[in-house]
Amino acid sequence: MSRHRQAIAVLALVGIAVATYLWLHAIGVIGVLKCGSGGCEIVQASKYAELFGIPVAFYGVVGYATLFGLGLAGAQPALVPRAWPTRWLAVLSGVGFLFTLYLTALEMFVIHAWCRWCLASAAIITAIFVTALAGLPRKT
Amino acid sequence: MNRFYVLLGVVAAAAVAFLIYSTQQEPGGAAAASNPNVPITAQDRAFPGYILGSDSAPVKVVEFVDYECPICAMFATVQFPTIRDQLINTGKVQWRLRDYPLAPTTHEWSHLAANAVACASEQGKAWDMVDALFDHHDWALQKSNPTSVFRGLAQSVGVNTTTWDACLSSNKYAGRIQASANEGDSLGVNGTPTLFINGTMVRDRATSDLVQRIADSLIAATKKK
Repeated sequence: MSRHRQAIAVLALVGIAVATYLWLHAIGVIGVLKCGSGGCEIVQASKYAELFGIPVAFYGVVGYATLFGLGLAGAQPALVPRAWPTRWLAVLSGVGFLFTLYLTALEMFVIHAWCRWCLASAAIITAIFVTALAGLPRKT
Repeated sequence: MNRFYVLLGVVAAAAVAFLIYSTQQEPGGAAAASNPNVPITAQDRAFPGYILGSDSAPVKVVEFVDYECPICAMFATVQFPTIRDQLINTGKVQWRLRDYPLAPTTHEWSHLAANAVACASEQGKAWDMVDALFDHHDWALQKSNPTSVFRGLAQSVGVNTTTWDACLSSNKYAGRIQASANEGDSLGVNGTPTLFINGTMVRDRATSDLVQRIADSLIAATKKK
């Protein structure tokens, strides 16, 4: 169980970096995203790049930071025997996974452009979700 | 457990290094390519840009643009038609387009596109060429030299391509384009599109609603005086 939480903490840390990169671009600190195509800028310039006036990437930063904190705390010896950190990791990453599915569908069907950094984030949250599910205690 | 923290430390250090590198490198990458070897004449510096709208318009907008930039293309095709209809054609706003081609490492064909517009401007077709470049922006996603695409677009908007070809080959507007980019640098532009409304840089995302709101408030303030 500890291994699952450690893996989630590492993945979430990478997710924080990716989301922070996109967020820094959204608030103008970074000028042009290294994307390999114009897709990132098209996606980031679309109206879907903001939710309630806040860049979507910022929600990603907060989400990954939460998963990181929970994963790290859950990997501590005192919490390793407890099941609730993994359950919460599964629930929260599940919400993130569904939100990411929605964003990816927007890229595919509405914006018609692919942002590779967003896809990287999608891969990370999927990996976290799968890891959390695999770490859930099984009834014997 | 120790190995876990070592791994966390390595990932964290790599992430921080990447983010610091990005914040330091990217604005440079988004800045116009500065070429000190391009001679700039007083005439180049005096060029005001491509103007649309009445000189008597109470609100003057300057847009620093890179024709290869996808956000500029989105702004030009989604937001600008509304601005043109509701603000420029009604005499409220005068729009001035300034070249700000990003460095070739960021946008390889920006200078070529700026030259294509400059050469079309000789024939009074600057804005037609700008519209054509943005309306058919697929060229920006191609790796190959888009000169022939630009020629086709120039022809489609009524440019005499024999004259346009000669102009493009001569690169005679390099100084004018560089002067425009230098002016952008001096004003603090570090990405495109960047708008200045009555001399004040707009830091929010450029939209027709935003331009309309600012223009309306400026016009209302002028009337009160």
